[in-house]
Amino acid sequence: MKEGTGAAPRQLVTFKTGEYSFGIDVLEVQEVLRHQHMTPVPLATSEVRGLINLRGHIVTAVGMRERLGLDSALDVREQMNLIVSLKDGAASLVVDSVGDVITLEPERYRPRPSTLAAPLREMVTGVYQLDKGLLLHIDAEAACKVCEEEVRG
Amino acid sequence: MSEQDELLNDFLVESKENLDHLDEELLALEGSPEDSDLINAIFRRLHTIKGVCGFLELKKLESVSHAGETLLGALRANELKVTDHIITLLLTLCDAIRTIVTCIEETKGEGTQSFEQLAAELLAAAKPAEQDAAPKKELSLDEEFELILAQREAAESGGEPLEAKPEEPKPAPTPARTEPPQEQPEQASRAAPQESSLRVDVQLLDHLMNLAGELVLARNQILQTTKSLSDMNFRAITQRLNLVTSELQEGVMKTRMQPINTVWGKFPRVVRDLAIQCKKQVRLEMWGKETELDKTLIEAIKDPLTHIVRNSIDHGIEVPEKRAAVGKEAEGCITMSAFQEGGYVVIEISDDGAGLNTEKIRDRALQRGLISREKAQAMSEADVHRLIFAPGFSTADTVTNLSGRGVGMDVVKSSVEKIGGQVDISSRAGQGSTIRLKIPLTLAIIPALLLSCASQRFAVPQSAIMELVQLSATEKSGLLSWIGDYPFYKLRGDLLPLLYLSRQLAVESHPREDAGDKVIVVLDVDGCRFGVVVDEVHDTEEIVVKPLGRQLGNLAVYAGATILGDGQIALILDPVVLAREAKVEQREAVEVRAAATAAASLGEGTGQLLIVQVGSEVRAAIPLDCVRRLEEFSLRDVECVGKSAVIQYRGSILQLVDVAGTIGMRSEPWTSGNVVVVGSGDALVGLQVQGILDVSCELSAVKPVTGKPGITSYGVIQGKVIALLDVAHLLSHGLEATDSRVGFEQAGV
Repeated sequence: MKEGTGAAPRQLVTFKTGEYSFGIDVLEVQEVLRHQHMTPVPLATSEVRGLINLRGHIVTAVGMRERLGLDSALDVREQMNLIVSLKDGAASLVVDSVGDVITLEPERYRPRPSTLAAPLREMVTGVYQLDKGLLLHIDAEAACKVCEEEVRG
Repeated sequence: MSEQDELLNDFLVESKENLDHLDEELLALEGSPEDSDLINAIFRRLHTIKGVCGFLELKKLESVSHAGETLLGALRANELKVTDHIITLLLTLCDAIRTIVTCIEETKGEGTQSFEQLAAELLAAAKPAEQDAAPKKELSLDEEFELILAQREAAESGGEPLEAKPEEPKPAPTPARTEPPQEQPEQASRAAPQESSLRVDVQLLDHLMNLAGELVLARNQILQTTKSLSDMNFRAITQRLNLVTSELQEGVMKTRMQPINTVWGKFPRVVRDLAIQCKKQVRLEMWGKETELDKTLIEAIKDPLTHIVRNSIDHGIEVPEKRAAVGKEAEGCITMSAFQEGGYVVIEISDDGAGLNTEKIRDRALQRGLISREKAQAMSEADVHRLIFAPGFSTADTVTNLSGRGVGMDVVKSSVEKIGGQVDISSRAGQGSTIRLKIPLTLAIIPALLLSCASQRFAVPQSAIMELVQLSATEKSGLLSWIGDYPFYKLRGDLLPLLYLSRQLAVESHPREDAGDKVIVVLDVDGCRFGVVVDEVHDTEEIVVKPLGRQLGNLAVYAGATILGDGQIALILDPVVLAREAKVEQREAVEVRAAATAAASLGEGTGQLLIVQVGSEVRAAIPLDCVRRLEEFSLRDVECVGKSAVIQYRGSILQLVDVAGTIGMRSEPWTSGNVVVVGSGDALVGLQVQGILDVSCELSAVKPVTGKPGITSYGVIQGKVIALLDVAHLLSHGLEATDSRVGFEQAGV
């Protein structure tokens, strides 16, 4: 699917982390949860916040702040879990706050600026120009990709 | 899928089953050639296969199975006697059909292989009967019964006239005549099983299995929650839920269970063929065929079992002459037995052959450099036998087409371990060997021990746990010793390498304030024992293994995660990976610390001594404070420069000192690469010793000696006199030698 090329408007779930506003395709979002108890995973990269028991399924939580190299949140209890469905199961993106679902016209869409720096460049696919700022459209798959190695068969 | 395809699929599945039974029945027939029931059964099976070929237009299959049917027809009519030749022919026929069936499965076509030769042989075998005997009119009881059966069916289906029947036993000259009447017995044989069983997609069963697992988790959580409630009514309901869930889980597990005979069934055939090929006489006995195992596990042990049986025949059982010479029956015997033991199914394959040749294995392992000479001598017989599981190992002098390439037992071992099982071998020279497989009943739910470290809970599969040892704070000084940076625990005279889980996982350990004690969980992986130090151990629990997400794919140390009764998540530790890391740590871990740090961690003057074997008769002790590391090099890596032996070690060169020679004893040839690294900073020297024995601090009857360079005193440890080494002397000796080496290089080059 090529962003912005289709004529149909897109529905995005908006959320904030640090100073950034992000949007993620509504179909990729499974549910939104308040703070969940997390089981830490020793030796995991700092982006992995822990494991969540999501009604019997074990879901890895990836901290958006950690992913972007920002300072940890002051109060993690205020953070939200955005459960996204990926190719091989679900994962949780831990974000500062979750906003509305908004519908955006393709005219507002611009491809990713080439000057974007590392962690953002990996996950941002494009930018929507809103009245009060920019909304970064991100790819859930890329946002949750925190390790290169695939040791497990 | 079109109707035709569906039909074909059913046919393939059914044919495979029929073929498996055919093998079994043919072999049974070989044992009791007079059994007409068996002949009938075989005939019907073959006919079932042939029958479907007709309308699926499988020409080759039809013609070859028709030929077989003709032969069987002759047998059935008592025109022919069952001979070995006929059995072999019929078994070949089974193989041919199997080949075609596999071919159809893979390519949708019958393949290019021609089976005309076989068909001709089958028909030829049926011939003599045709010539000398007229079709017998008297029918056996069975045939009469069958005739009645056929009559009734014919009447029901409104099919073939009655008169066709008596002709059937005759060798069928044309397909046109034989086909219609034979349709009937087939239906009779198929009707019964269909009523009591049905085919279910394995995926559906897997799904049910998962759901049952989830239900078990939910049940556990409910039970935990209701513990604190006082509502008796509600508690009664949960109790009921508890029971039903357990039963459901058991039931679902059972649906996936198959008797082990589903794989064993083919072994009589394998054994027979191999025995003929090797010109040996082998009898196969099977016990506990009905023992049940999870389907996926059954699949997984198929190849390992075949390999073991092949090995037993090829290497284990001797040729009849040899057996007679040592006073054994000419016919060798392979016994396969299966039984349940705890949560495992144990499968034993024993033969009464020659047993393993311990010396030969030892020599071969030495030749291939699998073990060092020193180690080879120290190994017990059982340990030597276990070498056959080492990759690339084979003692066979010649490579036969059955075995001997050395790819085998290691594959057996790895595939059994992959499903959480274990393999072991025991053998007695001249009496045979037994290979023992221990297979878990199921994979999805495993018993595990819950433990905690840094106030987090982890699970370790129960199968790897040998024992739990309390590591009390007060005892620490006596039994816990450090060699360099590596902790060891003295457990009943053995040195158990320790691994601190908190260190391993880089978490801070917070033992509870009231209990300064920790627990050592002793794990056994591949016969290698090590201890994992944890803060606390809890219960054992049946846990459902759940995979971890891709985000954690780089962490091999976790085999998965599970949800505990209280809804919390516990990570499952993989003992195999822990073992690997324990070894890594021993070999190349942290930087060698300065002597001061080491001394501090030891506690100055603990007086602990490392006891080493210097010569075959001489033991020596080295103050543990001086020891940096224990290494085991391969002798091939040792290089000689002038008079000194050196080894490349951590990017620099380590001078090796022959301790025996230095302390004025006869220098013995080095048999192993056991080296005690002593010294500090860059001034490291390797003391070459024959073996590392123990750590002890109970030195008594000390008697200082003078005039012996390298020895400070003698003493008694564990009832034996030992020489206490003067490390300072050995160091300086080593360093002098280094100078001479440099001198040599300058002069020589």
